[in-house]
Amino acid sequence: MPEKRVEPKDRSTVQSLMRLWPYVKPVRKRLFGAALVAIAASCVGLVIPLVLKWMVDGPVADRDPGGVWLGALYLLLLGIGEAALFGVRRWMVARPLAGVEASMRADLYRHLQRLPVAFHDRWPSGQLLSRATTDLMLLRQFLAFPLTFLLVNGATVLIGFVILLMQQWTLGLVLLAPAAPLMILCLVFETKFSAVARRAQDQVGDLTTVVEESVLGIRIIKGFGRHRSQALAFRTLTERLRTTELAKARLLAGIWASITLLPELAIGAALVIGTVQVADGDLSAGTLVAFLSTALALRWPIESIGFLLAMSQESATATQRFFEVMDVAEEAEASGVAGQAPDEGPTRGEMVFEGVEFRYPDAEPGSEPVLARIDLRIRPGETMALVGATGSGKTTLTALVPRLHDATAGRITLDGTDITAMPRERLRELVSVAFEEPTLFSAGVGENVLMGAEGAGEDELRRALAIAQADFAHGLPQGVGTQVGEQGLSLSGGQRQRLALARAVVGRPRFLVLDDPLSALDVHTEALVEAALRQVLAETTAIVVAHRPSTVMLADRVALLSQGRIAAVGTHQELLRGSAEYAWLMSGAEGVPEAPGVPEAPEAPEVPDAPDAPDAPAEDAFPDLSAEDLLAEKGTR
Amino acid sequence: MTSTTTDTVPAEDPPGTGTTTAPAPTGPEAADDRFDRDDLPTPPGATGSLLRSLLRPMKARVALIALLLLVQQAAIQAGPLLVAYAIDSGVPAFRDADYGPLIAVGVGYALCSAAAGAMQFAFVRVAALVSQDALLDLRGRIFRHAQALSVDFHERYTSGRLISRSTTDVESLRELLGEGLQELIGVFLSFVSIAVMLLWLDLGLGSLAVLSFVPLYLLVRRFQRRAGALYGERSSAIAAVIVKFAETMNGIRPVQAFRREPVNDAHFESLNATHRWANGSAMLEMARYVVGSRLVANAAVAGIVLWGAYRVASGTLALGVLAAAVLYLRRLYDPIDRLGMFLNSYQSAAASLGKIAGLLAQTPSVPETPSPKELPARTGEAPGREVVFDGVRFAYRTGGEVLPRFDLTIPAGQTVAVVGSTGAGKSTLAKLLARFYDPTDGRVLLDGTDLRDLAVPELRRGVVMVTQEAFLFSGTVAENIAIGDPDATREEIERAAEAIGAHDFISGLPDGYDTDVRKRGGRISAGQRQLVGFARALLANPAVLILDEATSSLDVPGERAVQRAMDTVLHGRTAVVIAHRLSTVEIADRVLVMEHGRIVEDGTPSELIAGTGRFAGLHRAWRESLT
Repeated sequence: MPEKRVEPKDRSTVQSLMRLWPYVKPVRKRLFGAALVAIAASCVGLVIPLVLKWMVDGPVADRDPGGVWLGALYLLLLGIGEAALFGVRRWMVARPLAGVEASMRADLYRHLQRLPVAFHDRWPSGQLLSRATTDLMLLRQFLAFPLTFLLVNGATVLIGFVILLMQQWTLGLVLLAPAAPLMILCLVFETKFSAVARRAQDQVGDLTTVVEESVLGIRIIKGFGRHRSQALAFRTLTERLRTTELAKARLLAGIWASITLLPELAIGAALVIGTVQVADGDLSAGTLVAFLSTALALRWPIESIGFLLAMSQESATATQRFFEVMDVAEEAEASGVAGQAPDEGPTRGEMVFEGVEFRYPDAEPGSEPVLARIDLRIRPGETMALVGATGSGKTTLTALVPRLHDATAGRITLDGTDITAMPRERLRELVSVAFEEPTLFSAGVGENVLMGAEGAGEDELRRALAIAQADFAHGLPQGVGTQVGEQGLSLSGGQRQRLALARAVVGRPRFLVLDDPLSALDVHTEALVEAALRQVLAETTAIVVAHRPSTVMLADRVALLSQGRIAAVGTHQELLRGSAEYAWLMSGAEGVPEAPGVPEAPEAPEVPDAPDAPDAPAEDAFPDLSAEDLLAEKGTR
Repeated sequence: MTSTTTDTVPAEDPPGTGTTTAPAPTGPEAADDRFDRDDLPTPPGATGSLLRSLLRPMKARVALIALLLLVQQAAIQAGPLLVAYAIDSGVPAFRDADYGPLIAVGVGYALCSAAAGAMQFAFVRVAALVSQDALLDLRGRIFRHAQALSVDFHERYTSGRLISRSTTDVESLRELLGEGLQELIGVFLSFVSIAVMLLWLDLGLGSLAVLSFVPLYLLVRRFQRRAGALYGERSSAIAAVIVKFAETMNGIRPVQAFRREPVNDAHFESLNATHRWANGSAMLEMARYVVGSRLVANAAVAGIVLWGAYRVASGTLALGVLAAAVLYLRRLYDPIDRLGMFLNSYQSAAASLGKIAGLLAQTPSVPETPSPKELPARTGEAPGREVVFDGVRFAYRTGGEVLPRFDLTIPAGQTVAVVGSTGAGKSTLAKLLARFYDPTDGRVLLDGTDLRDLAVPELRRGVVMVTQEAFLFSGTVAENIAIGDPDATREEIERAAEAIGAHDFISGLPDGYDTDVRKRGGRISAGQRQLVGFARALLANPAVLILDEATSSLDVPGERAVQRAMDTVLHGRTAVVIAHRLSTVEIADRVLVMEHGRIVEDGTPSELIAGTGRFAGLHRAWRESLT
């Protein structure tokens, strides 16, 4: 599904796997040591039959009890040695390889956290997750087994063939005959298999995404009774994965069968030719037997290469998938940024947008930018409301201030310093944000709020909770220590939003960005929050995205955003008078091109002057008002 | 707008339940340890029976696999015999110009090779079929079961855990079935055949070899026990890693805005370290098993050879028999490593299957009825239906009462607004009506039929709920709207979008209705998502519509478009609107004010505003907030 991949570089299996080196390097001694131990163990394994042969030919045949004891002792010692070597090999790699897996995962996590938001918009988290789990586990297994045994078995086969060629070179050549076709087959296999393996892994990622969405969207699925169609969609995906896996198995079956068949046929040919040679007297029967038993002993190492290659192939794909994400560049910090942060001195707080333009990095070239020619000066201590129709770019504009997205042209300055010249860390310390979607993390309520400020204490927490009218936190089962988020108590939308607001104000930030911060609050609470928020806004520079007149009331001035441009800036009253669009947004009344008479004196308390309610209703006449009236009234205030 | 008179009064508190609750915790009981530890109770034997039930439909194929492996072994083991025949008979015959035996050897060898290759080919494919079908079955079961579980389950069992159940845990079963099956059958076959061969060669030596199985068996048991615990730890550890990972990636904006990266790094590091340790320990346990079993095997070989050699020396055993026995002995113990590999994947699969079985053993608290009833045919013209809460009480399982017993009747076609502060029980009321929860006591009736007696499709023709979080699924905008009615035509979808005022912004997207919401240009604001959510509801065309703070992110024109749609498209439907904006309340026929789980006021908006109750107060506060 997410076919948007970061240029799938065409690397060979080996090239891909070589990229693991930086992670393997710290444990290279252990890993190579383990390979040596594995070779030693297989040598011991080869010596044991020789001792048996010696016992049978020697002491047993000679009826020599002492020799028998000695032989058995040798056998026992070799056996203990072999067992010990096996253990040592595994012991050597167990913790280090678990460490390699963990450090790759930690790196991936660290990297992903620092990738731009635009990247995360593009990549479903399921795809990222399957890289962090399934793919990395595969790589650990690869380092533990296939890598070592490709070496060991490869060496064994090589040595075996040297021995074979030395014993009888003509027969040796016969045995070598299948090597060329096998290699070609393996190459063909590699190409085909890597494509299928990649497809399978991507499909697992897609499946993960569907599982994740079906959990995150469970209320919608249940609300509409769609779990059957969802299950059907899931089934289609799993069946597709099954088809891919079966295609993988088909390829695997083919290569395994060839790897079993071809050498075996060669041995058969060698047997017939050898027998003829023995019959002709060119070869001793003993040599033929020795030759063939060596050849048979090589069967396992050769056969194993088939699945070892398949595992390597899958690991190479996993490596590619891993680096596909790791190769995406983190956002660079501006060079020479030290000391560029605004003065610590007298707190000012001026925020200026100069010719800011923004288009998403993946937007069609030539398409309209999301934001264009944004010029906006927010004076120190001022609160600017951002009003605009749904989809006019308000949220995008707020995302530019903490640099969740970077403006594609123009600049944003805080107290005269370009925000791109500041370290992100510092910028985000200065600018505090409350998002429209109030995400809480798996941590205590207090911790969630205090995320907004380093070093803030109990008092700050209490103050912030009070401002956001989030005092309910004290009444939770474990008070402000109560776990919330993914793994904790689930709070209502309104409660989450208030905590997110508390988080934004806790650090008394110089700049505050609030994206529709009161949308989920009930009227009563909203009024209380607004009252408390006014104090905070008085001493900070703020942008507040507002959908409603009540929120606009928090602001000193209003900027009207229309299709990505600032259409007008002014006070609420000015805009109501001067901008039809603004009046429409605030009142919802259609066709109010010329905003009708606005009260001359803004402080005149309740003189609704909306067109449909010409005569100001008294308090008790209120119920007769239609919704439009109320809204229009609200708007004029 | 017609105002309906109050036809129900909030029920009096039953004695004893009067003093409930600070309204704060809205979730089910605060912290359920089992959920925290990712350790749901697995019924005894559930793991094994899950595995059996997965493999049962494939008995024939498993038997076929055994047969294939048997034939393949035979074909491969025939090799040495042919060598012997070639040397013993082929050579002399060839010298006599009788090429028959040699040709027979050549043909025989070629046939055996071909058979071995063919069996290998067939085996891989059949084994893949078995494992893929089992996985398909298991994935489907987890998915369907998770979907059937109620919303309150999902609120506690995090999405990360469900993902890890259906990915890493399923993956370990894949390993078991992929490689493990071959190991197990292969090990079993060679153990039996070689043991029989040894016993046939010499009863004494054979018995000694079989006796050595006892310590091996004990080792296997010990390994199984210890590794079982370790793999369980490992599986929980990776689930914790996944939860953290998913939470971070899904909340990347606040993560970056609040500079959580270093703190998250440290936390992830510690979760990751737990997993690394569990992982390493599991691998070390395997190392211990391998050493132990090798040691037993090699000691047994030494012992048997010693005894055998002694007997040969004392003349009670033929030399050839000893030679053959020794060769077979080596082979006898060869599969031990493979047994270890099998146990390895079995243990890890068992741990995973245990967790999956625990999940599958959760009974949905809102089960679908086995004998569904149909809703009665609509009586009047209007599409709405009557809703009755009949003696309904709702409490969490731990006993925290959210809604004390109450009765409420909403006549067909009425629009009811529910207001009250957060935690007053508004959402719980809505969830009971949407059957996200079932009442602890009493019944919720739709035109006289208990919601519990309705099959899901029938229920959703009756009641649809639009919530505040308007989640969009991967796919196009049109597909997202079509969730309301999968059979809807494009025209119907567009009409729904138009009615709700979403058509304009959708047309403005790069590919219009076919814009993929997760792709290029598919960025959709929270307000726009809510509009899509509404279009869904419109398309679903239910008799009863519940809006749970569903307009919170809309701007005023958006909200008005929704209200217009409710007036026109949804006219005549029964509606329950939970809203913060009193402007929304204004379109209601009736207002319920809730406090601490009780309906404290009930009447038409005008009645309540005119009165002196809470709503009048709220309304005054709201009006004051306008100045």
